[in-house]
Amino acid sequence: MSAAAFAAPAEGAPPERTQDPYRLGRGAGGDDESTGHGAGGPSPKHIVVGYGFWIFILADFVTFATLFAAYAVLKDATAGGPTGAQLFERGHVALETACLLMSSVTCGLAVVAMRVRNRFWFQAAMLATAALGAGFLALEVQEFAGLVAKGAVPSRSAFLSALYTLVGCHGLHVSVGLLWLLTMMAQVAAKGFRDDVVRRTTCWSLFWHALDIVWVGVFTVVYLMGLRP
Amino acid sequence: MFGKLTLDAIPLGQPIPLAAGGLVGLCLLGVLGWIVLKGHLPYLWREWITSVDHKRVGVMYTILALVMLLRGFTDAMMMRSQQALAYDAPGYLPPEHYNQVFSAHGTIMIFFVAMPFLIGLMNFVLPLQLGVRDVAFPTLNSVSFWLTCSGALLVNLSLVVGEFQRTGWLPYPPLSGITYSPGVGVDYWLWALSISGIGTLMTGINFVTTILKMRAPGMTYLRMPMFCWTSLAASLLIVAAFPILTAVSGMLILDRYLGFQFFTDTNGGNSMLFMSLIWAWGHPEVYILILPAFGVFSEVVSTFSGKPLFGYRSMVMATMAICLLAFMVWLHHFFTMGAGADVNGVFGVMSMIIAVPTGVKVFNWLFTMYGGTVRMSAAMLWSVGFMLTFVVGGMTGVLLAIPPVDFVLHNSTFLVAHFHNVIIGGVLFGAFAGYTYWFPKAFGFRLHEGWGKASFWFWQIGFWLAFGPLYVTGLDGMTRRLQHYTVAEWRPWLLVALLGALTILAGIACQIVQLVVSIRGREALRDTTGDPWDGRSLEWSTASPPPAFNFAVLPDIHGEEPYWTVKARIHDRHRLPDTPRYAAIEMPRNSPTGFVCAFFATLIGFALIWHIWWMAIAGLVGAYATFVVFAWRDRTEDEIPAARVAEIDAENRRVRGEALDAMETAA
Amino acid sequence: MVERSRAGARDIGPSTRPLRLALRLGASTVLGLALAGCTLRVLDPAGPVAESQRTILLNALAIMLCIVVPTMAATLAFVWWFRPGNARARRLPHWSFSGRIEVVTWSVPLMTIVFLGGLAWIGSHDLDPAKPLPGERKPLEVQVVSLDWKWLFLYPEQKVASLNELVLPVGTPVRFRLTSASVWDAFFVPQLGSMIYTMNGMATQLHLKADREGSFLGLSTHLSGDGFADMHFQTRAVSEAAFAAWLQGAQGSARVLDDAAYKALTRQSLKDPPATYRLADEGLFDRIVGQVLPPGPGPETGRPDPSVTPTSPSRQGI
Repeated sequence: MSAAAFAAPAEGAPPERTQDPYRLGRGAGGDDESTGHGAGGPSPKHIVVGYGFWIFILADFVTFATLFAAYAVLKDATAGGPTGAQLFERGHVALETACLLMSSVTCGLAVVAMRVRNRFWFQAAMLATAALGAGFLALEVQEFAGLVAKGAVPSRSAFLSALYTLVGCHGLHVSVGLLWLLTMMAQVAAKGFRDDVVRRTTCWSLFWHALDIVWVGVFTVVYLMGLRP
Repeated sequence: MFGKLTLDAIPLGQPIPLAAGGLVGLCLLGVLGWIVLKGHLPYLWREWITSVDHKRVGVMYTILALVMLLRGFTDAMMMRSQQALAYDAPGYLPPEHYNQVFSAHGTIMIFFVAMPFLIGLMNFVLPLQLGVRDVAFPTLNSVSFWLTCSGALLVNLSLVVGEFQRTGWLPYPPLSGITYSPGVGVDYWLWALSISGIGTLMTGINFVTTILKMRAPGMTYLRMPMFCWTSLAASLLIVAAFPILTAVSGMLILDRYLGFQFFTDTNGGNSMLFMSLIWAWGHPEVYILILPAFGVFSEVVSTFSGKPLFGYRSMVMATMAICLLAFMVWLHHFFTMGAGADVNGVFGVMSMIIAVPTGVKVFNWLFTMYGGTVRMSAAMLWSVGFMLTFVVGGMTGVLLAIPPVDFVLHNSTFLVAHFHNVIIGGVLFGAFAGYTYWFPKAFGFRLHEGWGKASFWFWQIGFWLAFGPLYVTGLDGMTRRLQHYTVAEWRPWLLVALLGALTILAGIACQIVQLVVSIRGREALRDTTGDPWDGRSLEWSTASPPPAFNFAVLPDIHGEEPYWTVKARIHDRHRLPDTPRYAAIEMPRNSPTGFVCAFFATLIGFALIWHIWWMAIAGLVGAYATFVVFAWRDRTEDEIPAARVAEIDAENRRVRGEALDAMETAA
Repeated sequence: MVERSRAGARDIGPSTRPLRLALRLGASTVLGLALAGCTLRVLDPAGPVAESQRTILLNALAIMLCIVVPTMAATLAFVWWFRPGNARARRLPHWSFSGRIEVVTWSVPLMTIVFLGGLAWIGSHDLDPAKPLPGERKPLEVQVVSLDWKWLFLYPEQKVASLNELVLPVGTPVRFRLTSASVWDAFFVPQLGSMIYTMNGMATQLHLKADREGSFLGLSTHLSGDGFADMHFQTRAVSEAAFAAWLQGAQGSARVLDDAAYKALTRQSLKDPPATYRLADEGLFDRIVGQVLPPGPGPETGRPDPSVTPTSPSRQGI
């Protein structure tokens, strides 16, 4: 039995706020009886989940930032191999970008349909998103195949390694997003708009939009700046 | 069929790893057999392996850390004995083995001892201190833990199947490239660390969300205990730094597996890029380790001095300053690369600036003790030992941050002594202090004080005996990682260092005895009130061990030291607060997701290390299926009825009431 | 040391052997520590660079000790004075803030760091490895190549090369250019000062000078694989005359270092004895840096290596 639990407060002066006008110290128990500003206990689940997923997206941005940094360092290390200006095709990339940006619009529509609990429009919008996402991936695979055909394989130079990794990592994310998308379609079909399904779909939509943001970076840094004479 | 894996992978010709691996394997089998025979397996599965309770996960993290500490320390003993023997002689460890030993030592101690220990403490303590029932994502928490285990398992597997890397704890290319390290050692490191790194990242996300979004009513930021602040800073660093490790490991993986040219010598590859990127993660990692330890010391020093933490807001500022500065100093790990005077100068000065908030912290602990009643229990002993040891480590750190001084001490044993000085004297002492301090909260009985104090003295003396000499040999030009040497002057110092390592061994032995003695004599060490140390923060307001739901009703926080306030009021009014109105509590259901996920992760990692492609694909499909099954569950929470909550809380109130009565009678 | 002790103990008989061994080890340890105390290489400079570095090190150490020692003393004093039983100690259980102390706790480390930061800034400019040393004399150019696992020193102007031994004239500033034939290494002669990395495909620069004659330890301080522990060399600082004589001897050497000989050297090997060569032409170093001569082949057990047990050729060498 520990008597320490209720040991009398030790002798000494009571806390004197006058010594600490800006409350920089830590009052012993303190006379502050208010219950904080806006900190009204744990947030509801849907807030917590969305918030946590935002933190994950920020972490994912750091991953991409690392790849961007590597790309920026190795951009000119072509080792006598082809340069970006020789490889990139403006029209092809524009089409890829259009696919992905459009898919974000349909993704937004799917979330709206989810809000109003309309299963048909939700599934239709998700299907459109999937089609556009798959289109983007197909175009990207086609682009990579074209590069390989020109002999621009990743082992040719550090620049190509960085290019394939940065663009490929984004493509991998889109693939994972696509798999997730199809899973969410199946879940909504099977379980309806249950709370946890809605939370997950919201996270997926955040993920999908985040990939758009990354693509804007890829498009600018890799393609636009690469094509600049 | 099995990629590169053949029977040759098992080092039948090498007695040391084989015997070590065999012994560990036998121990594991023994423990497993005992569990199965005694019929404990269903209990373990139900209550621990599938548990998503933050307290259980925290305890499991700590157990992992303690087990891995033994493995890492074995490596340390091998290194110290090799260097003691290998003056102008080959010693008993050939270089290819010795190089694996120090690489494994560093990797294990950082990733599988220090990190899990502190993450374990954070897991256990954070929700209790914040006054909530669990972390933000309980199942994810379990996934994180099991992924960390998966990484640890892979690293230890390399002992008997194949080899571990021989490039130091960080695989610097080009040495770690496929040309110069054609074996599987580097692959073991890369995949083990990628898997456990994902686990750590998830933990970071989980804790940031928990601290920012899951606090009891009234728990404003500036009412959070210091440990919550330092955990927040460490978690933010994890979120911002670990993706860099994942990315840079990924690039090295591509180099090694698919002939990419990131860090090679040829075709424009740039090995200096690896240096920059790995330390852009590596330096924040140092603060990921030390900040939670600073938090532990803040709690312990304040509790055992019977005073609020001195300069709390100053401490918060210092913590967040360290958090920010951690990302601005990475270049000091390679001043000797020839970056130029301006670059070196800037990073040297930036590195020193970190000493300012750190110094402030030390002074604030000092003034926390001033005017208090300092009870020297084992936890406090570790803390005071830390303050005395850490300042020396900080001082040598500032020395190394001066570029021209680093030019003569870089990569020397002086450096080795410095970072052990801050990691043992800072992180490990902090972990041990936290372990001693929160043990009664986790298990309901205290650790034996005498053995704890004995262990402290062995560790403290052993530390100086082991690393004091390395400071000297470093000043004598001795570089690290030498398998043998021909300089006679180094020999005596290395013998003393071996003596130091043996002293630390005695310290570890004391800790094992302490654990055994405490468990056997737990009735005498029982903590019935839930508040064995006269604590000040919320974790002490609940029972020891806390019920699954932590708090029968979420506490409503008044003032800055919530539990101290409550206690003061109880003392004034001579009675416990009124019985609250209980409500049913929903707790997340246990789930094997984490365990199954980690199983597949291990499979994927192993398959990729050995180029067994079908197995890797099978593992990926399995991991995906696990998530889908998890997502398909219809019941995700169990309800504990209000009557049951009341029943459990009544017991807690009864013992506290008795304690109060006893006090009153005594008075 | 151990072996000699054992040999001596054998005469006495088995019963006292462990004791004798322990005594001898203990005695030699104490003696060794006492001797080593006087001549720690980093604190025993033989050139201006190392000397400045020692000065900075000791100054910074002294400044910090002024704060660290009182802090440690205060920690012990507070723990002792505020022990539970001390009736004379004034207890302040609520005291958690003092503006004056806050100012001190922030400003003391800050001022120290401002001072040391200045030291670091000035020091890193004064002692920048790439900065030529002041002085009238024309510097000697030495090109350094780290190989698996040996050091090659090229004297392009003198058309001489030396393996695993660096010979320098006393009093002449030396301009090093350094590269690596394979993985990273770091070139370091503790008594001369600054170390610097050697990296394939790149050349780093370093300026050092020996002020007195002597034979100094040189070593690699960046892990370079299984043979790393053997990557040390003697640095001989000799008089002008002796240096000239050494050059003459090397120029008359039968061995020539040309591209073919260099390629043979890039193969992994251990404990190569010091040797001198005539240098075929002065462009060798630039060809290594420019990767005209490819990087060293690394372990030669076939790659990617399917066998996992470490079987690098170095193993036979040890």
